[in-house]
Amino acid sequence: MQAQETPNESVTVAEGSASGQYTGRTVSFSYDDQIVRYFLWATAIWGVVGMLVGVIIALQMPLYQANLGPYLTFGRLRPLHTNAVIFAFGGNGIFAAIYYSTQRLCKARMFSDMLSKIQFWGWQLIIVSAAITLPLGLTTSKEYAELEWPIDIAITVVWVIFAINFFGTLATRREKHMYVALWFYIATIITVAVLHLGNSMALPVGIFKSYSLYAGVQDALIQWWYGHNAVAFFLTTPFLGLMYYFMPKAAERPVFSYRLSIIHFWTLVFIYIWAGPHHLNYTAVPEWAATLGMTFSVMLWMPSWGGMINGLFTLRGAWHKLRDSVVLKMYVLGITFYGMSTFEGPMLSVKSVNALAHYTDWIIGHVHAGALGWNGFMIFGMIYWLLPRLWKTEIWSQKLATTHFWIGTIGMLLYVFAMYASGVTQGLMWRAFDETGRLMYPDFMETVVQIVPMYWARFIGGTLYLTGAILMLVNMFMTVRSAPKELPDTEVTLAVAS
Amino acid sequence: MSTHKETFHRKLEGAWILFSVLTLLSILVGTVIEIAPMFLVKSNIPTISTVKPLTPLELAGRDIYQREGCVNCHSQMVRPFRDELERYGEYGKPGESVYDHPFLWGSKRTGPDLSRVGGKYPNLWHVRHMENPRSTSPRSLMPNYYWLLEYDLNLSSLSAHLSGLRTLGVPYSDREVSNAVSLAKEQAKVIADDVAANGGPKGLANKEIVAVVAYLQRLGKDLKATPTASVSGSTNNGGS
Repeated sequence: MQAQETPNESVTVAEGSASGQYTGRTVSFSYDDQIVRYFLWATAIWGVVGMLVGVIIALQMPLYQANLGPYLTFGRLRPLHTNAVIFAFGGNGIFAAIYYSTQRLCKARMFSDMLSKIQFWGWQLIIVSAAITLPLGLTTSKEYAELEWPIDIAITVVWVIFAINFFGTLATRREKHMYVALWFYIATIITVAVLHLGNSMALPVGIFKSYSLYAGVQDALIQWWYGHNAVAFFLTTPFLGLMYYFMPKAAERPVFSYRLSIIHFWTLVFIYIWAGPHHLNYTAVPEWAATLGMTFSVMLWMPSWGGMINGLFTLRGAWHKLRDSVVLKMYVLGITFYGMSTFEGPMLSVKSVNALAHYTDWIIGHVHAGALGWNGFMIFGMIYWLLPRLWKTEIWSQKLATTHFWIGTIGMLLYVFAMYASGVTQGLMWRAFDETGRLMYPDFMETVVQIVPMYWARFIGGTLYLTGAILMLVNMFMTVRSAPKELPDTEVTLAVAS
Repeated sequence: MSTHKETFHRKLEGAWILFSVLTLLSILVGTVIEIAPMFLVKSNIPTISTVKPLTPLELAGRDIYQREGCVNCHSQMVRPFRDELERYGEYGKPGESVYDHPFLWGSKRTGPDLSRVGGKYPNLWHVRHMENPRSTSPRSLMPNYYWLLEYDLNLSSLSAHLSGLRTLGVPYSDREVSNAVSLAKEQAKVIADDVAANGGPKGLANKEIVAVVAYLQRLGKDLKATPTASVSGSTNNGGS
């Protein structure tokens, strides 16, 4: 019989309880809920900011006049957009998820309230410094690692504080077994540390200027080892942990398969790290490396879908709940898009497909299917689930939340399909030959003009998605306004076993 | 939960240190196998004798290229396909970017690849193009970079930049590091004079634009250069 695995916080017995030997003594403690509220506010606010920057740079594509030089040009704002949505919106989102669920899964308060606070404010400070330095043109030019060396050091410090706080909580936990969500958090914290340290190695030549320790081929390989695994261990594993905790909670069903969670966790963690070189197909990186990256990317399809299956099948026999729950709607959409983009990713890594898609908007479409569909909606769903629980009140408007779901979905689809159309169009035009064997479109501009309508469609799609996020912020603000004045931490009392 | 048998994994779930160590080992396998050979096996990156470090002015131009985020829209890596060879020229070689800290191959081509742009257009074309891309390329989506013609070129940290790169293994000579500024000014004057002589704006010698033009005019040039015994980094003095 399939063991039932569920993130259980209603158990009131401590470890060793199976033997039923109670001492009659109890232990009482509370969860730090305030830090989760902080992270949720930061998530929602930075989310709107990051997406707004995204909409601005989307406008700058078809309308060059929207570039306000020298500080607000596409070249300087694009890294600000990616850093803001990944590390500010995504980062605060996963911190909220981790801080809420780890305490409950460990039946312990976070290791140190002080470290929690330092991590929160330190991370916000890093985000603000990114928002200042990137428009100033202070950048390492390494994608998703553009921040210059002083900020890189700050990131390292905050991450170490996070690790101490998290592993300290694991060490002092009262629940013997670590639930699957915690495995994914462990993988996240360890791997992001390794990636950040490995890729950010640079020699400072000024207070805000450094040169990468690596050059050319080596730099490219390390950059995409980092870049692809930022997707893997910042935008995938913590979100799978989030899914494993909040999906069964929202569905009130145990996770589909414990065995599948073991298999897909270890294969995902082992295989993902190899996939980076698929970003460098047909470049000057040696072919063996690119082929290795491609091969492991294709293999990655299976563990990824293991996660999708485990998430979606958690709803088995409970699909009717989708009708009334905006949280479940968002999770089902999010997990479905996780499945779509983890099929598309391996496909794009295959050299013959990559030859067409690389350097085009297809990649931008692919990334946003994952980011808007999976990351965005998993966070939105979590926020709507946590709002009434953390602020002890009803959500201000369920209708508005449902509107967010639909407007966000339509916006995302418009965005993604516009970019598919744009990418395939341009990719095909670049390689088109006429009957005399000459380039059909020798003037690059011809291939640019062709995709301008798609840029407008993407701008509209992005604006719709941003509108959804703003609706959520309004809903959150109004909900919190009706919250009781006193919001004490959740108290827990456990029986102590002999 | 009591429904579980005490399998190996079930035990592992109770041992957070061992679990974390195994996770770390899992991610290190692929990391080491893919990255280590790139540093240890020389044949992975065959060198090219004509590839030399950028001149001080070109490096200043590259710094500005980085600052403006040009890499977000322009690749510098031609792939070995017939259409790309036709459109841009020779495909990218590993030995070409051995001095590129960081690499600037890019991942998106909103505009065309630039790795073979050196010598393709006159200096004046680049000045006009950066000031207003639509004056040379009608319907272009690129922003105007007019401030490059207005901002003074700041060379105060150029020597430190060269010396930093030398620490990282870029073979700059003592002369180049200590005379970086005067070498840069020399090359800037050649470009500015050329621009003025062809009817372009005058007095650009101390503006950022000349550094950017010098850098762009260098791109791809080394592959076409004939091997010489010279150890000087200055294989190109002023582009076209």
